[in-house]
Amino acid sequence: MNWSAPDDRRYTETDEWIMIAGDTAKVGITDYAQDQLSDIVYVELPATGASFDTGDIIAIVESVKAAADVHMPLSGVVTEANRDLEDQPDKVNSDPHGDAWFIKVKLHHPSKIDALMDSEAYAHHCAARNN
Amino acid sequence: MISPNKREEPLVYELSRPGRRGIQFPDPDVPRTKLPSSLLREDLNLPEITQLDAVRHFQRLSQLNHSIDSGFYPLGSCTMKYNPRVNEDAARIPGFLYTHPLQDTNTVQGSLALMHELQEWLKEIGGFAGVSLQPAAGAHGELSGILMIRAYHLARGDKGRRKILIPDSAHGTNPASTTMSGLELIELPSDKRGNVDVKVLRSACSENVAGLMITNPNTLGLFEEHIEEVVDIVHDCGGLIYGDGANMNALTGIVRPGDLGFDVMHYNLHKTFSTPHGGGGPGSGPVGVSERLMDFLPDPLVTIIEDSDEDEPPLYGFKTPPKTIGRMKAFNGQFGTLVRAYAYIRAHGGDGLRGNAEHAVLNANYLLSKVRDAYHLPFERTCLHEFVIEGRWRDVPNVHALDISKRLMDYGFHPPTNYFPLIVKEALMIEPTETESRETLDAFADALLEIAAAAHNNPDELRTAPQTTPVGRIDEVRAARNLVLCCHTQYPSNPDPSADPES
Repeated sequence: MNWSAPDDRRYTETDEWIMIAGDTAKVGITDYAQDQLSDIVYVELPATGASFDTGDIIAIVESVKAAADVHMPLSGVVTEANRDLEDQPDKVNSDPHGDAWFIKVKLHHPSKIDALMDSEAYAHHCAARNN
Repeated sequence: MISPNKREEPLVYELSRPGRRGIQFPDPDVPRTKLPSSLLREDLNLPEITQLDAVRHFQRLSQLNHSIDSGFYPLGSCTMKYNPRVNEDAARIPGFLYTHPLQDTNTVQGSLALMHELQEWLKEIGGFAGVSLQPAAGAHGELSGILMIRAYHLARGDKGRRKILIPDSAHGTNPASTTMSGLELIELPSDKRGNVDVKVLRSACSENVAGLMITNPNTLGLFEEHIEEVVDIVHDCGGLIYGDGANMNALTGIVRPGDLGFDVMHYNLHKTFSTPHGGGGPGSGPVGVSERLMDFLPDPLVTIIEDSDEDEPPLYGFKTPPKTIGRMKAFNGQFGTLVRAYAYIRAHGGDGLRGNAEHAVLNANYLLSKVRDAYHLPFERTCLHEFVIEGRWRDVPNVHALDISKRLMDYGFHPPTNYFPLIVKEALMIEPTETESRETLDAFADALLEIAAAAHNNPDELRTAPQTTPVGRIDEVRAARNLVLCCHTQYPSNPDPSADPES
């Protein structure tokens, strides 16, 4: 195992993380996801103000191996997108849980975050798929 | 001395010198006319080189390229089989070669007869009620098929059907065709044997489902074990079945997709029916349909207008299906490609086509049997015309599928399909086709075994490969992150129009 899953946030089965920070929540893709994709060469982000339901596609990442959809972990409205990633997609490889957050969202139901996987459950989820 | 294989070939723009030309035009037999100044531009920098320099340049590029004529090409799901030379003879028969699509149909009866017969044969091969030769490529056939499915539901007033179900082992073109058709997709997971997960399929089916796109055998090279159940589940909820015919080379003469209940399928003439593929020539993706989609076929179809009698052959012409989705292409499909496919079917006959499919499956299983102990096989099943192995080993985590592919180039082989299907980690998808000899298969298997050994004993040999190709390891990450899509000329073209005797 050469990926991490910090315990300060929650995770989805489709390899996004979400972390509450004040009024909004940050969303990104996990270390496991970037490791599977390998070198990321392109990131497409949604417009600020866009509204998404749980599971909707909010972004697209392309690596030298594949293209992948990024899904909304919980329904909400985008308040900011991390435009730095459009010029520096490699940040997703180097700092997936930090600088390379994808969007900030105003969640419709912040309390629903507790229903998502914690870091332990997510680590299990990844290990099971890596066999 | 520099190896000829390592010599760099300059860009054609770098060969350009002002004033050089490849062709002297004859005096025109129509009055000279000045082009209006609004149509003249000076930023159109075309290379200026002699004919000999142009011939050498492109000859040299062709020698740097790998093709089915220069070596084994086991690119999975692409069916890179031999393109028989007799097909080329047929396509160059003057009566086919020198026709124009706007000619009166009475003057091209032979071409129409060929198209009609090909339609009939493709109907018979696939078990379909009708065939249109219009689509110009596989994905174009997919788009035609999904547009027909959409039109079918709308014609019945069934406006809520907007979802297309697509297994996660599908070709990437399937989601793209669905999106282009204005429909939405739902991805279906595979089960532990590489089949569509029937339980998930059942729960995904509803009155919103327009259809299912399925490839059989799928991109793992595995036959869908529950195909009849899958078809029934989708039909029962009112959806139609789209078959992706990319892997038809495994089934020709053995299984007819129409008999399985498929409502529409495209054929890749440039795969199954041996016409050139990729840069070697235009593709062709005819679509076959079941009875209920007959009226929606792309326009036009070739038909018999007057039946033959004792003295006269039949009279052929075009007809428009009553609820057609319209034209998918100017004129009548890729005609030259249709001639080649016709020649192929005619040369092999029904038994021959079946034999080709059987040998394609035999070759793939032979190859698999030789390498399966050295590589991890994600689904332990007998394969059909292709198989997928993992290009990774747990004890050498720094060796990847890409390294294996790059090293194969040093052996003179085209790499297999890499990193596809996405459901297999470090996937290598290998399709030998029926036209390869046992010696070629053995040589390729030996190369794979040597590479597996080197991965453990001398991994640098893989990571620095290829060493013998014109260009070594490409920095794919840098190439993708810093796209340069524009070619800059080194020498400006002659800016003085008065120096051009044609103006």
